[in-house]
Amino acid sequence: MSTTVEPPGAPSSAPTADGIKGQAVRRGDRVFLGLSRGAGVMILAIMASIAAFLVWRAIPSLQANTANFFTETQWSPDAEPAFFGIAALAFGTLMTSIIAMLLAVPVGIGIALFIAHYAGRRLAAVLGFVTDLLAAVPSIIFGMWGLAFLMPQMEGLLVWLSTYLGFIPLFQNDLEQYTRSLAIAGTVLAIMILPTISAISREVFVQTPREHIEASLALGATRWEMVRMAIFPFAKPGMISASMLGLGRALGETIAVALILSASFDINWHITEPGGTTFAANIALKWNEAGTIGLSALIASGLVLFFITLAVNMAARIVIARRSDFSGAN
Amino acid sequence: MSDTTNPRNLSDDDRVESDRLLHDALTGGKLPRWATAAVAAAALVVAIVLNLLTSVDGVAGTLVVAVLLFVAFQTLWSFRVEGRRHAVDRLATTAVYATFVIALAPLVAVLLTVIVQGFQVISAEFLTTSMRGVSPRAEGGGLYHALIGTLQQVGIATLFGVPLGVLTAIYLVEYAPSAKNRRLARAVSFFVDVMTGVPSVVVGLFIYTAFVLTLGMQRSGFAASLALTILMLPVIVRSTEEMLRIVPNELREASFALGIPKWRTILKVVLPTALSGIITGAMLAIARVAGETAPLLLTTFFTNSINVNPFNGPQAALPTFIWDQFNSGTDPSRSRAWGGALVLIVIVMLLYAGAKLIARYTGVKK
Repeated sequence: MSTTVEPPGAPSSAPTADGIKGQAVRRGDRVFLGLSRGAGVMILAIMASIAAFLVWRAIPSLQANTANFFTETQWSPDAEPAFFGIAALAFGTLMTSIIAMLLAVPVGIGIALFIAHYAGRRLAAVLGFVTDLLAAVPSIIFGMWGLAFLMPQMEGLLVWLSTYLGFIPLFQNDLEQYTRSLAIAGTVLAIMILPTISAISREVFVQTPREHIEASLALGATRWEMVRMAIFPFAKPGMISASMLGLGRALGETIAVALILSASFDINWHITEPGGTTFAANIALKWNEAGTIGLSALIASGLVLFFITLAVNMAARIVIARRSDFSGAN
Repeated sequence: MSDTTNPRNLSDDDRVESDRLLHDALTGGKLPRWATAAVAAAALVVAIVLNLLTSVDGVAGTLVVAVLLFVAFQTLWSFRVEGRRHAVDRLATTAVYATFVIALAPLVAVLLTVIVQGFQVISAEFLTTSMRGVSPRAEGGGLYHALIGTLQQVGIATLFGVPLGVLTAIYLVEYAPSAKNRRLARAVSFFVDVMTGVPSVVVGLFIYTAFVLTLGMQRSGFAASLALTILMLPVIVRSTEEMLRIVPNELREASFALGIPKWRTILKVVLPTALSGIITGAMLAIARVAGETAPLLLTTFFTNSINVNPFNGPQAALPTFIWDQFNSGTDPSRSRAWGGALVLIVIVMLLYAGAKLIARYTGVKK
């Protein structure tokens, strides 16, 4: 990187052009350093105060709660007495995210491979642009599209799954209804996190040292063997953290999920049946009907979501940061 | 080893034979060049025949069958002629190419759905009237109030977000490497990354607790723009940082050598050089937050009337307008929601395309 250079030191030797003289030079520098450092500190302050304010405002509802916050599935914080818990929210959030990951990770890595090592230059540029555009589509539009377009398209597949694989509890469908389910929400999430996964994997794939690739091809490896033996080992930490960043996005996605799921507060393993809800979707849906304790309870659930995504993102960043020590540069 | 392996002891015929064997051993059996095209054509023909004769029907179903047949034919043929390794390679290549289609399909489907549904409602009236006094069941009305709200909220967020983000990036690139306290810089850099992953709904919760519950502010467009600012910040910091890093060091050195102090060097030399990249990053950040719905629902809610004062009471915005209209569930309101989606997606894509064009034609050359 750059900027180990220091500006001219002794103020007395500074030129007198433009009225910049000793004292002014130092004052200007000090002010500017203060401003820019202040902006950096502000980032830390924002992150800290997100945690602090949410904890503070979550306490009243946690004190009023008569049920176990972690194991209760129902959500009635404004009832007398208040009882609510995050079990159903956590289940729905995890289930949709797992479905999204199962679908999006292989495809995302495939797209990244295609752009980095399979496609010609022009096609790669087009596909890079396409995945970036996919990232730019607002989540509410994905939600509407999922409901209006994808759901009817997926019905056939879900019927097939429950008919022929219904002996697996996951695909069992006793209601014979195939709309607004966790499976559909997970599929839409998969499409939404695809750009995240493919963009970051692509970045590490193109950093694979040319020598490794050429050496393996020269030894007679097929292209797939080259990918498996030269690219994947090099890019593994990057692929892991790309998937984790995608996971972080899937966990916190709100509006698309809120539109698609028909919210219900139970733990239902039949993922093709309507129902289920997530942390984020629950906050958006319950916000405007919540009373004082209701708001506080939603803030408490938001706090849990914040800590989960924080943990996932921090872990992902640590994995990728460790990797940069042996990046393609050296 | 026997003598026959030594070429000098071979007759001419044997030598030709051994050359052929050697050649085969080096290249192996190979499918002809036209193999992929031929297999694809054969698979398609068989799928169409199956479509006519059996219960396989529909364009999608036929295509799926064709793809499966293609994979099966090609792998089997390649396995027989080229061996296992090449068969696996061909299988992997097909899979990687398939992801290309999988990436393209949802984008095309989303854009087509929005354009087809949205165009039916777009009119001059739709763009210039509000929803005041229009019942969900009635036709008419428009998104003028939401357009104003989105422009103001995103505008204010940009006003806060860009200077803060650029200053942070300047700190990270220009000051941190020579600073005494490296730990602070490292923490800032790390949390900028982590911040990109904070869910937007959590940011909405934070602004609500801090500004509405604690400071007693109203829910307003301004509160929404504060939430959008936080969402923009990490994107702007990262893109600006990248741009500042590729400004050649020689420029800074030249400026220092002329006795220009560091802060003027940054303002007059470094920032102008990186300007187009910074603008690109800002536009991408704006495009990203313009479609955010969840934080707006929490911090400003929505209204059907025009509210040109972001500091006073609920203010509509495009995403919340879409959310409200879509959830009203009547035919006219749903089609208004699609109209809103089309307007939103056009705005986002224009910002996006603009950013890419600026980056392409004016970017800092490495």
